[in-house]
Amino acid sequence: MKRFLSAKSLFGLGLVVLFVLIAVIAPLAVPADYATKMVMTARLHPPSFDHLLGTDQLGRDLFYRVILGARTSIMIAAAAVVMSVVIGLPLGMIAGYYGGVADNVLMRLVDTLLSFPALLLALTISAVLGPNLHNTIIAIGVAFTPYLARIIRGEVLRVAQMPYVEAARAAGTTDLQMMVRHVLPNIMPPVIVQATISLAFAILAEAGLSFLGLGTQPPSASWGLMIQASRDYLDVAPWTALVPGAAVALMVLGLNMFGDVLRDVLDPRTK
Amino acid sequence: MRADMQVAPLLSVDKLRVEFDTGGGKVVGVEDVSFSIWAGETLCVVGESGSGKSVTALSVMRLVEFGGGRIAQGRLNFARPDGAAIDLAGTGPALMRQLRGNEIGMIFQEPMTSLNPVFTIERQLTDGLRIHKGLTAEAARAKALDLLKSVRIAEPERMLRRYPHELSGGMRQRVVIAMAMACEPRLLIADEPTTALDVTIQAEILALIDRLKRENNMAVLFITHDMAVVAQMADRVAVMYRGKIIETGPVAEIFENPREDYTKALLAAVPKLGEMRGRAAPERMRIIGDETARADAALAERSAAPKAKPKPLLEVKHLTTRFPVKGGVFRRTVAQVHAVEDVSFTLNVGETLALVGESGCGKSSCGRSILRLIEPQSGDIWIGGREIRALDRHELRRARRDMQMVFQDPFASLNPYRRLADQVAEPMQNFGLATGRELQDRVAELFDRVRLPRSFLRRFPHELSGGQRQRVAIARALAVNPKLIIADEAVSALDVSVQAQVLNLMMELQADLGLSYLFISHDIAVVERVSHMVGVMYLGRIVELGPRAAVLENPRHSYTQALISAVPVADPRQKRLRDDLTFKPIPSPVHPVGYRPSASLYDEVAPGHFVLQG
Repeated sequence: MKRFLSAKSLFGLGLVVLFVLIAVIAPLAVPADYATKMVMTARLHPPSFDHLLGTDQLGRDLFYRVILGARTSIMIAAAAVVMSVVIGLPLGMIAGYYGGVADNVLMRLVDTLLSFPALLLALTISAVLGPNLHNTIIAIGVAFTPYLARIIRGEVLRVAQMPYVEAARAAGTTDLQMMVRHVLPNIMPPVIVQATISLAFAILAEAGLSFLGLGTQPPSASWGLMIQASRDYLDVAPWTALVPGAAVALMVLGLNMFGDVLRDVLDPRTK
Repeated sequence: MRADMQVAPLLSVDKLRVEFDTGGGKVVGVEDVSFSIWAGETLCVVGESGSGKSVTALSVMRLVEFGGGRIAQGRLNFARPDGAAIDLAGTGPALMRQLRGNEIGMIFQEPMTSLNPVFTIERQLTDGLRIHKGLTAEAARAKALDLLKSVRIAEPERMLRRYPHELSGGMRQRVVIAMAMACEPRLLIADEPTTALDVTIQAEILALIDRLKRENNMAVLFITHDMAVVAQMADRVAVMYRGKIIETGPVAEIFENPREDYTKALLAAVPKLGEMRGRAAPERMRIIGDETARADAALAERSAAPKAKPKPLLEVKHLTTRFPVKGGVFRRTVAQVHAVEDVSFTLNVGETLALVGESGCGKSSCGRSILRLIEPQSGDIWIGGREIRALDRHELRRARRDMQMVFQDPFASLNPYRRLADQVAEPMQNFGLATGRELQDRVAELFDRVRLPRSFLRRFPHELSGGQRQRVAIARALAVNPKLIIADEAVSALDVSVQAQVLNLMMELQADLGLSYLFISHDIAVVERVSHMVGVMYLGRIVELGPRAAVLENPRHSYTQALISAVPVADPRQKRLRDDLTFKPIPSPVHPVGYRPSASLYDEVAPGHFVLQG
């Protein structure tokens, strides 16, 4: 166990726990209007004692916006990635394990989806379903599914030709047992890595959707919305981009480190 | 060789110590290794996996540093052509580059990966010549042609234009040797150069290296794990064990009069082809310091006991398996690989039938077809009165209780994410044979049966050695009380002493439980030791089938004869290397769709001894 308590793993774990705590606690501890209150006399103020991280173009306090926006951003990203894993895992496993017609049909479908840029796909879905929180999650989740399904299928193909799978088949293991006991654990490492990377992209995708008016609706705060809003003021007030940008970067860094550790913890070979 | 002792050695290694820096601190690769090589002799460094023999070879080339190693101590004195000796351990990178390939050549194990796939053979050969010898393109090409001729490659002009993937494994290894010989090195280091090759090709390559050594008065440092190869190749032998050289001496002395216990044990565990002459039943492998003459006697008694009339367990009739070769835009089947072609044999209860042959002969496909892990095209497979090919999916699953498989690679045949107890329990759970307490007891009994400590039950595969893993695989196969075990190269990946233990375990289980084995192997010396019947496979067919003694002592088919003549014997007095062996290359088993091969017809040359006609 000692191996997992390295500085890197503690740092990653710490970051993830910190952000999750902020996302959970901040809306309970901080009145919601702190993030939306506009002070027209304090527009684009740099960080100061009054406003720890400065203010945006409408005089809203960036510190409160970042901590109150954490819940929206993390929830959307996490829910979207969970959704893409939940859909992509069975699809990829069926395609890779059974091959043949199932593989052809599913993978052509996946290829079709992959030929659209993920953001465009999410945009279309969001526009069709209407902009709200749930639909944003669905849009991003669906848009990310094909990437995951592809990776999972490839991994399943690799694992399915391992002798332990053949040995299990010779020992009378049924297909379902085979997938759960033998295939799934052995494809998890790349899936975990891909999922943590996807979380980062999901946060950014949410930002893109928000910018186009199809994600989080103003005046609610989300990190993506804040980054997009800062675009016009980069030269005069760079902190308006740096503050939410740093939040995204730290979250992603924490997740990637956390993902690596998770992968190692699950692998009996590293114990 | 002794007369040479006055002459200074070409290479003398003195108290070499190599360390590796790992995350967990320093690991000593080899320690206190000393040996010398004189021009014109072959020194074989032999040892089991992890004994440090490759590290030693790589240190001489100073390539060990690229693998994270460091020469911590010792001298590597190498005599330059002008007679001056330099210490390779302290040589700068620039001079080292000059020496590598130029004065010291190296051949690696994998001929597939030691050639760069994107360059033609000409480019691979001429690069070294132009760099080291400063030859012009013209001169380098001419030299390359000479080299290919010297390694006996037919049509060298055409060979120059080819890419590595167009060549067979043996041809590639010849090219690799030609490359190593390009600058006429005075020392050739060969690191397991024939381990990945078939036995006939191995014999060719060994003969080639031996001839080049004699013609060029070259010193050869030959690394191998195979005592039989040592007996054929070596002038002198250095035995390595756990990073140290424990014994050095002339080859005859090492084989006939080993001093160290380890060397004795190693030699005892090596089966020698021909030693079973005149013996009726399979015999245990010799393991020195193992439990026993008692078990030996008991086993011999049981196997020699006159059996009731042999009862057939598995009858295979006209089994044919083909794989489609897909091609074109629509992935149509454009040709077929005739992997198994009209194969018939009978395996009796409590006996071992060995299928031997070289890679690609269809022996593994045959084993998989019997279990229907791949679907045969046609033929009958009768086991215990049931026709396996006629079963539907559910019946087949149940029928597999009677037949289990043990695979070659003990590292890949166990799921790295599951505990060993769970993996051994799985077949029993699948068939609902036991649950709860009873299941646990049964798993523990199986561990006892294959002589694994019960403390291993909760472990994961990576915590075990190769031999221990193979025992787990055998325990898993035994879990459902099968009648037949198909052992597909089950001991090929193991070190020789471990191989002997696993083979003995398998023979014991056979005697105790009345198991039948279909023993698939390329190693004829092992086959001779363990089998009752032998089938020799070639191009998907059995070319010769019969009792072990008949087939191996009196081979009648030309392929069987060639195969047996190519097997190196672990006895330096039976040298079989002759100048320039060339065996007939094996033709392709790929045929166009619709090709109808002839049926396999046999002559019965002696009772039960069949030889393919034609």
